[in-house]
Amino acid sequence: MPVSAMEIPPQMPTNILVLDAGHGAPKIATENLTVFYGDKPALHDINLDIEPNRVTALIGPSGCGKSTFIRCLNRMNDVVQGCRIEGKVTLDGDNIYAIGQDAVHLRTRVGMVFQKPNPFPKSIYDNVAYGPTIHGMYENSDQRDAIVLRSLDRAGLLDEVKDRLRAPGTSLSGGQQQRLCIARAIAVEPEVILMDEPCSALDPIATARIEELITELKEHYTIVIVTHSMQQAARLSNKTAYFHLGRLVEKGDTETVFSDPQDERTRDYVTGRIG
Amino acid sequence: MTETMESKSRRMASLRKKRYRAERRFRRLGFAAVSVGLIFLTVLFGVVLISGFGAFKQTFIQLDIAVLQGSDNYQGMVKQALRDIFPEVKSRRHKRQLYALVSSGATYQLNARIEAEPDLSGKKISAWFPASDDVDMVIKGRIARDGPAELRRVTDQQLRWIERLENEGRIRTQFNWAFFTSGDSREPELAGIAVATLGTLLSLLVCLVLSFPLGVLTAVYLEEFAPRGRWTEFIEVNINNLAAVPSIVFGLLGLAVFLNVFNLPRSAPLVGGMVLALMTLPTIIIAGRVALNGVPPSVREAALAIGASPLQAVFHHVLPLAMPGVLTGTIIGTARALGESAPLLMIGMVAFVVDLPSTILSPATALPVQVFLWADSPERAFEERTAAAILVLLLLTILMNLAAVLLRKKYEIRW
Ligand SMILES: Nc1ncnc2c1ncn2[C@@H]1O[C@H](COP(=O)(O)OP(=O)(O)O)[C@@H](O)[C@H]1O
Ligand SMILES: [Mg+2]
Repeated sequence: MPVSAMEIPPQMPTNILVLDAGHGAPKIATENLTVFYGDKPALHDINLDIEPNRVTALIGPSGCGKSTFIRCLNRMNDVVQGCRIEGKVTLDGDNIYAIGQDAVHLRTRVGMVFQKPNPFPKSIYDNVAYGPTIHGMYENSDQRDAIVLRSLDRAGLLDEVKDRLRAPGTSLSGGQQQRLCIARAIAVEPEVILMDEPCSALDPIATARIEELITELKEHYTIVIVTHSMQQAARLSNKTAYFHLGRLVEKGDTETVFSDPQDERTRDYVTGRIG
Repeated sequence: MTETMESKSRRMASLRKKRYRAERRFRRLGFAAVSVGLIFLTVLFGVVLISGFGAFKQTFIQLDIAVLQGSDNYQGMVKQALRDIFPEVKSRRHKRQLYALVSSGATYQLNARIEAEPDLSGKKISAWFPASDDVDMVIKGRIARDGPAELRRVTDQQLRWIERLENEGRIRTQFNWAFFTSGDSREPELAGIAVATLGTLLSLLVCLVLSFPLGVLTAVYLEEFAPRGRWTEFIEVNINNLAAVPSIVFGLLGLAVFLNVFNLPRSAPLVGGMVLALMTLPTIIIAGRVALNGVPPSVREAALAIGASPLQAVFHHVLPLAMPGVLTGTIIGTARALGESAPLLMIGMVAFVVDLPSTILSPATALPVQVFLWADSPERAFEERTAAAILVLLLLTILMNLAAVLLRKKYEIRW
């Protein structure tokens, strides 16, 4: 059954939770999140807390539902035909699926970077400026320039492109394009950045560059990253969640999950016996 | 082991050879098909060009007219001028034949000239007037001078006069501006395509203004927003069916609804354009949907993920990328509308219109209808004009296709 405001009063219980939990409150939390594509369930009863200003890695074999899960966190699944969601996802304690919640506004708070770099076929400048423009985040072109430059700088791309901001975004290399997409996401000042296998289409050097960037970004943002590379998860993340066939099998500190997995399936996966 | 290495490799080699042969055969057949197509096209263009080119020239006869003071008998003045050249013609029958050398339009032209320049009255002027269509045909060699008299529509007597006029330098051919500046006429030498061309252009304009936004928005709604379901499917199937409906049916619809219910004027480019828009709409919708469908979903996701609303994602990103396809579909649809005559016949754009339409509500014809009308006329000279009108129609089609190519190039974005 779809979530409705009647069944789950938005905010009420979680607000209490926030008050109780105080400082350690999760940025995002899912409660019994279940997702169907048509009649076929893709995720079962996922309960996962995502801590602020940390990198949370989602790992697991192909088709286990990592992308499905991460796309629930900014409601990108809304536009997928036949996708139905049960349970609850809270951002700072507010259920983002409650009636009256604005998915468009949500996505300015929870940005996303995709597997394949997808810059708009426009100039580098316009790629970054687009978000701030539609949200009215500047008053004049000087402010707009400042936002674009700051975002490119944060994404570690400014030095490489500052002489050709008017060149098409698609003329950049794959790694640069992915950093442009990160700059584009940063430009609307999100609180959370979701990354779905952001390096899987990149070569090792570009990958290293992005990893470096992610480490810097976690100062300011909460980051959730899907990766199929165990090493990457180990290098980057503070927390790791292991998904298997649509279920969340194991979650915890990255070190613990990798060195001392509790579940046998996790152990098989992190030691490379399945995957 | 049931098979030796040798026989296996022999089998593989023979298969490979077969594959190469099939490949070569296919290429040759393809090349032949394209060649045949090109030959037909060349022949078609050649025939139309050869038979229509003559209409761009027109034969004129020089007359010395004595403009009588205070008289408005211009026909009389023209006749007098002819009699002055051939004073020996006396019998009524011969006079009639003599007068038939010059187009009846000469009278009106003289009238217009003298009204424009009143100080000519009482003077003698020398001016060129259009020859009648039969003389024109003789001069252009389309009527053989030595052929049997009953086939040539020109008497031996008339031929002798023509020869004399030629010898006196009173006959010349020059570019036929009238063909492009005047409307239809019963006299081939006076008939032009101005009304038809303008009618066609106005109708197409109305058609585009109506069908382009409507079609694109429908395509966007169906492709990007409409919930998938039985209703959408039903609408889709019906749009596809509409694209296959014979165009005359749209004409009937226009007659029944636009003329009889809404009481819009007959023969008006407005109604023509509306009917053509009905016909073009399904084409634009289908082409638009295909083009939208071809835009990678990653573009939508990219826009949505930074908080663009679905509407913004479509209109800022998806639609611009789909534009080349949308425009191609639109122009193909419009080009089809350009050549359409059946629906226009139904709403009365087949009228005999002499004056240029001043608004989209004034009566007009369309080029294909004009072609149809002239092709039906018995006069020899209309044959030439029919082909010339077809040439103009083809030229418009080529221009539109060129526009399609250019627009595609302009909006095409490399990934
Ligand atoms: N749009 C969709 N429609 C139907 N099934 C889907 C769709 N997207 C994903 N799935 C199914 O959901 C399951 C989880 O997919 P996904 O979340 O993409 O896995 P992962 O990202 O971990 O590889 C898979 O079995 C996949 O086939
Ligand atoms: Mg995935």
